[in-house]
Amino acid sequence: MSEKKPSLGLRIYSVLAFAYIYMPILLLMIFSFNSQKLNIRWEGFTLHWYGELFRDQAVLLAVRNTLIIAIISTVVATVIGTLAALALQRYRFPGYNLSESLLYIPVIIPEVVMGISLLVFFVQAGIRLGLLTIALSHIAFCIPFVALVVRARLHGFDKSIEEAAMDLGANEITTFWRVTLPTIMPGVMAGAMLAFTLSLDDYVITYFTAGPGSTTLPLRVFSMVRFAVTPEVNALSTLWVLTVFIILGLGQILQRKQT
Amino acid sequence: MSTTPEKGSRNFVAAVLSRLREDPSAQGLALVSPTLLYLLIFMILPLIMVVVISFLSRGTYGDIEFNLNLGNYVRLIDPLYLRVLSYSIKTAALTTIITILVGYPLAYYIARVPARQRSRLLFLILVPFWTNFIIRIYAWIMILRTEGILNNLLASLGIINTPLYILYTPLAVQIAMVYEFLPFMVLPLYTSLEKIENAQLEAAADLGARPWRAFLRVTLPLSIPGMIAGSILVFIPAMGMFVVPDLMGGAKSVLIGNLIRNQFLTARDWPFGSAASMLLLLLTLAVTLIYTRKAGFGEDLLV
Repeated sequence: MSEKKPSLGLRIYSVLAFAYIYMPILLLMIFSFNSQKLNIRWEGFTLHWYGELFRDQAVLLAVRNTLIIAIISTVVATVIGTLAALALQRYRFPGYNLSESLLYIPVIIPEVVMGISLLVFFVQAGIRLGLLTIALSHIAFCIPFVALVVRARLHGFDKSIEEAAMDLGANEITTFWRVTLPTIMPGVMAGAMLAFTLSLDDYVITYFTAGPGSTTLPLRVFSMVRFAVTPEVNALSTLWVLTVFIILGLGQILQRKQT
Repeated sequence: MSTTPEKGSRNFVAAVLSRLREDPSAQGLALVSPTLLYLLIFMILPLIMVVVISFLSRGTYGDIEFNLNLGNYVRLIDPLYLRVLSYSIKTAALTTIITILVGYPLAYYIARVPARQRSRLLFLILVPFWTNFIIRIYAWIMILRTEGILNNLLASLGIINTPLYILYTPLAVQIAMVYEFLPFMVLPLYTSLEKIENAQLEAAADLGARPWRAFLRVTLPLSIPGMIAGSILVFIPAMGMFVVPDLMGGAKSVLIGNLIRNQFLTARDWPFGSAASMLLLLLTLAVTLIYTRKAGFGEDLLV
């Protein structure tokens, strides 16, 4: 579809739609510099709330927990999920259909159901709720997404390069490290980035699998929001949004480089 | 038997390795087995436990008593819970319909701009939704609350004298849910709209169809698969939502997600909560099946 130019009405509509998508976040950012504590009306510019944020021990602990969980789940899920993607893209084996349909489970199961089932599982298994249970859960829902993303990127992979490497005397392991992995690396990175953001962002599953002392940033923001609407929440949100923008921007630059 | 255990195990390892080298299906299985094992343990097994618990009953101290019965499912038929269910279905369905109405023109527009701009616009749609969804809910709380941005704006323009009470009503829940799920609808809609060949539209025009008629007879039917994919992506998470009603709904906005959460964390009635989870799961599976069936059916009609 293209060639025929979109009509004026449609263009105006789209501008309004983008305004609708961005306005809440922009307002949120602007009000993080508001000097009025109740944050009802604009009073004046201040950076006070950002300073407050960096002295808030609960927030700092939550940031630390969130990063630990995100890094661990990203690494584990990316390795395991990439192997599954390779298997599904290139091999036929008994259990193929089962493996493939397992990957779609997180897409069709409501998050709350997955959350409570993990809670039941950990409690029945006698594993204490905390950073470990959160990480184990995040790995579970990240693996399918990594596998699906990497598999999609493997689609155009030319197997003859590997065969050429083997013909030139490289064994399977050398071929994997020197030929296969570098070729599929962009896909693997895309999968890893998705896993990292999913983990960073997750509230529902974390809510059910967290224990005392393992509060993550989304859990912390939730209780702050529930408690009161203060500019400190806005400051935290602003920093978070900017961090995500930077990660996404870097991702775009990386992508443009390989194409 | 002359082989020592050590030698035996070495032989075993050697046998596995040589099997792996020669048999591609064993290689595939070896590569997929970590995923398979992990998901069986941390996704399927927990779900099975919930299924089993839904047929047990709650003990006096919030523990689980092992006597198989259907009591929890019978309890779900109570008008109180049926009302929660119908409110959840209504909210999720409305969210789906509104995201289609709002998202369709946008997806249509993106599919019509020059190819270079398309990926940029799609990226622009996605960016805000990579920010945490509690932050997005918070933004709407700031806008909608009684002393919030919307009321201040309307009052300073002289449109209202008394503030509008939107926050902590079902309307607030609906507004936030539409905002939350809009990109899930726009992306699949765009994908199906983008695939439509210009030639098909030109053919329709050559045959004398006016633009509006061509849209109804060609574009709209061809975009139905995208609409169905989008509806599944919106309806399922909307059905299970409990965070938005928690933060923005009043006491009356209890969705089935809230019901489940409460049974597990406050009432500590796991068996009943499990039964409610099963109901939610079956409902979403049924919707997915019906929708995908319909999609297949629709495609048959078009061929």
